Amino acid sequence: MRSLLKYGKGVITVGHCEDGIFFLTGKDFTSAGAASSNLKAVLERIGISHDIIRRTAIAAFEAEMNVVIYAVAGMMKYRITDTEISVTVQDMGQGIPNIELAMTEGYSTAPDHIREMGFGSGMGLPNIRRNSDNLSVNSIVGEGTTLEFVIKIKE
Amino acid sequence: MDLQELINSLSLEVKTPELNLHREVTGGYVSDLLSDVIGNAHKGTIWVTLQIHLNIVAVASLKELAGIILINNRSPDADTLKRANAENVPVMTSTLPAFELVGKLYALGLRCR
Repeated sequence: MRSLLKYGKGVITVGHCEDGIFFLTGKDFTSAGAASSNLKAVLERIGISHDIIRRTAIAAFEAEMNVVIYAVAGMMKYRITDTEISVTVQDMGQGIPNIELAMTEGYSTAPDHIREMGFGSGMGLPNIRRNSDNLSVNSIVGEGTTLEFVIKIKE
Repeated sequence: MDLQELINSLSLEVKTPELNLHREVTGGYVSDLLSDVIGNAHKGTIWVTLQIHLNIVAVASLKELAGIILINNRSPDADTLKRANAENVPVMTSTLPAFELVGKLYALGLRCR
């Protein structure tokens, strides 16, 4: 927990900021979902509203599953301020050659054994976009992908 | 409708008997694609699927679904049931294939929302 000083209208108000990190392991379907579940618990402890928690948890789960499905390893970093929740998921993976195509509903490069588990329907990134207020994806083929989404906390 | 009533009407086998099954079922959804459920299933609906691995519990929990019905008498993994109990997600099995089970759910008045 860190304190943030915010200046507005000549009055100094002290807000709060909390951040943290979870490590993700590729191909580990047993632990998959733990990071987003832990993030959800953090948001519940802070007392964030139900709808914001639900949207954050859904987007985080989809991003986490992408790392588990496609990458060797990765991490999920979060930062919660009085106004927004930002989550960055960075992986060491194969990268995405065409991000626009990857954002298209129904497009997937998942192998058959992943699809048999019900993943790889090509709706992961669209679901993240749908549940967040801002989404950015940066990727280098052969190195990895960094995805960041922001969810605004309404006053 | 009440989940316990639904279980009785369809002779479902309850795999998580420790959980309270008196909860409102507001509709139904059938899909074996997890992200499809995340994107399209509504809160409070019952989810019909053939997937039995533990990630289905995370999806049901995230979407606040009323429970999961596994078709064709498919047996959930031990890990799945452990997590289902921990996350308060009822899991049931049916001997019916998806088509027939969903037909019966529809006949009971459940819709997609």
